[in-house]
Amino acid sequence: MGRLASQVRGIGMGNCSDRETLGADVLVIGGGIAGTWAATAAARTGARVILAEKGWCGTSGVAATAGPGHWWVPPDPALRAQAVARRHDAGLGLSDPGWMERVLDTTWRTLPTLSDHYAFPNDDAGVVQYRALRGPEYMKAMRTITQQAGVTILDHTPALGLLRHADGSIAGARLWRRRARRPLTIRAGAVVLAAGGCAFRSHLLGSANLTGDGLLMAAEAGASLSGMEFSAYYTVAPAHTSMTRSMSYVFATYSDASGREFATRPGQDGTRDLAAALLQGPVFCHLGRMPADIRDQLPRISPNVTLVFDRLGIDPYRDRFEVTLHGEGTVRGTGGVNVIDASCQTEVPGLFAAGDTATRELVAGAISGGGAQNSAWALSSGLWSGAGAAAFGRGRTHLATRPAELLGHVWLPNGKGLTRSAREVMAAVGREMHDYDRNLFRTAAKLHRSLDTLDGLWGDVRSGLHEAAEDPLRAREAAALVASGRWAWAAALARRESRGLHQREDLPWTDPAQASRRLVGGLDRVWARPQAVVGVAEAVA
Amino acid sequence: MIEMILSDRCTRCGLCAAVCPTNVFDLAADGTPSIARKDDCQTCFMCELYCKADALFVAPQCDHAVAVSADEARATAGQFRRESGWDEWAGDPRYANEHWRMDRVFARAREAG
Repeated sequence: MGRLASQVRGIGMGNCSDRETLGADVLVIGGGIAGTWAATAAARTGARVILAEKGWCGTSGVAATAGPGHWWVPPDPALRAQAVARRHDAGLGLSDPGWMERVLDTTWRTLPTLSDHYAFPNDDAGVVQYRALRGPEYMKAMRTITQQAGVTILDHTPALGLLRHADGSIAGARLWRRRARRPLTIRAGAVVLAAGGCAFRSHLLGSANLTGDGLLMAAEAGASLSGMEFSAYYTVAPAHTSMTRSMSYVFATYSDASGREFATRPGQDGTRDLAAALLQGPVFCHLGRMPADIRDQLPRISPNVTLVFDRLGIDPYRDRFEVTLHGEGTVRGTGGVNVIDASCQTEVPGLFAAGDTATRELVAGAISGGGAQNSAWALSSGLWSGAGAAAFGRGRTHLATRPAELLGHVWLPNGKGLTRSAREVMAAVGREMHDYDRNLFRTAAKLHRSLDTLDGLWGDVRSGLHEAAEDPLRAREAAALVASGRWAWAAALARRESRGLHQREDLPWTDPAQASRRLVGGLDRVWARPQAVVGVAEAVA
Repeated sequence: MIEMILSDRCTRCGLCAAVCPTNVFDLAADGTPSIARKDDCQTCFMCELYCKADALFVAPQCDHAVAVSADEARATAGQFRRESGWDEWAGDPRYANEHWRMDRVFARAREAG
C-alpha cells in the first residue's frame, strides 16, 4: 500500500490517511436501479460485493424520486421484432437491434421477480401491472433485495477516484465517508460504475447527486465516452420547482405573458417551441384539457405532482401558472461510457459501466430513450455488468496487497493567486449547459464560445478550488461537471450535421455518411473521433 | 427546499438524516435533527415520505427559501406519505397505487389529439 499512501498525500488530503480499508470481489459505485441490480447479480454468483452510494441507497437518483416505466414487450417474436424495428428506426442509425432484444428479454423476465418486495397493482380488469413502478417503492424494494443478496451497502459514501494496478486493470477505488468526513479505500477485483449520468446541476427532480462522477472516473482510467452530443433533453416543470413529472403536460395549454396561447409540436420539437417562447419571456400553462376522471386519479398516479400544486396554492386546471424547462444533461440524453462487450465492460479491464453512466445509444440511438428505455437499460445493464464484474473480480483477491495507483485527482490551491469555489464553478457549468439558445439551437460559434468558457473552468479546477481540502467531494463534483460539459460540446462540434437530439442551426440536415458514433475522452486535452456502430453480436464475437 | 422540522412531532428517530440523499440534516447527540445544509436540499420530498411522524415540511420552491408558518406546515405535512399509501395508510383504497394508469393517460391524450 506504500504507493497508494504516497498518492494520497499527493492529492493533498492533509493528514488524513486511509486507515479504513475494505476488500471485495466487486465494488459497485452507485445505488440506483443499475447499481442495485448489478450488486445483486454479482452477489448471487457468490462474490463478495460492496455497494457504495453517494446519498442513501433507496432515495438517491432520478428513479427513486419519479416513476420509472420500463420498455415492456411480451415475448411474442412478432411483437418483439416490431418493437425493436420501430425503435431502431427512431434511433436514426445509431442503435443496435441485438442490444434492444437483450434488454426487452431481460426486463420482461426480471421485473416480476420483485413481487415479494413490491406490491404490483392490478388494473381495472384485474391484470397485474409490472411495467411502471413508483420510484420510492421500487428503490426501497431494491435496497432490501440487495441486502438480502448479501451485499454490504455503504450509504453517504461517494467515490473520489479509481485505483489501478500496474497491468492497467482496475484495483478498487478511493471513497469519502461524507458524514464522518474521512476517506476510505476499497480494494476490489472489479468495479461497476453505476453512478448515474450528469444533469449539470439543473433542478431536474432527484438529480443533485448526478454530477457525472462515473464519466470522470472512467475517463481518468482511459475509457472513452459515446453519445455525449445528445445531451439536449429538457423537461417542463412549474417555475421555481423541481417537479419534472411530465405526464400531466400532455394536456397543457401554453400562453405567453400577454395571455396569448400558442401551440407546441409533439415530442422534442415541442421542447424547442417552448424554449423559443421562454427565450422571449415568461411562459404560463394550464391543464384545463385534462379529463375529469384523470384529474381525480392524479393523486393516486403521482402523489408528488399534486402535492406541489397544493402547496403552491395552484389549481392547475383553472389557474395559469408559470412553467420552466429543466435540462436533463445526459440523464435523458443518451451519452455515457462506451462499453465493448455484452457484460458492459469498458475499454479498461475490470471496469464495467451500467445504467445512465453507460452510453444508451446502444438502445436509444440519437434520440432520448425516455424513462422507459432508460429504466429497462438500467436494470438490464446492471444485471449484465454485475455478473461480468463478478466473473472478472473473483479470484483476484491476491492482488489486493499489490501497489495501486490512484487515478482520481483532487487538486488543491497552491496558495498563490485567486482561486474559485467549487459551488461557483458548478453553477457556471450549469449556466453553460442549460442555456436554451446554445443547447437547442446549436451552431459551431456558440459551441466554441462555450467550450472556451468550460476550458477556463477546467483551468480553475486544475488550480485547486477553495473547498478542495476540506470537502474533496465538492471539488470532484465540480471537476466531473466541467469535464462532462467539455465532452458534450466536443462531441457536438464533431457531429457536423443534425441528428435526433443534436440539432445544429448551421448544419440543419442529417448526413447519411455521419451515421456513426462520436467517441470523446481526455482530460487536459479533450479529443473526439468517429467510430462505426458496432452491434452486440460483433461485440460478443 | 426543506423549511421546517415540527419539533413537537419529531420522535428523534434519525431516519431523515439517514435517508436524505443530499446529506442536508445533522443529528444532535440526543438524535434531534437540524437543517444543517439547506442549500444542498434538492426538493425531492424523500425525507417527508420516510418520516412516520409527519414532522417535516419541504416547500416546493427549489431555488429560493420561503417563509412558512408552523400552521401552514402542519396543514400538508404527511400528505405525500398518506397519498403514497405508506405505513398505516397501506391498503387504504383511497390511496391505492395507480401509477400504472400513466400509459393509458398518454394514450387518452393522443386520442384527444
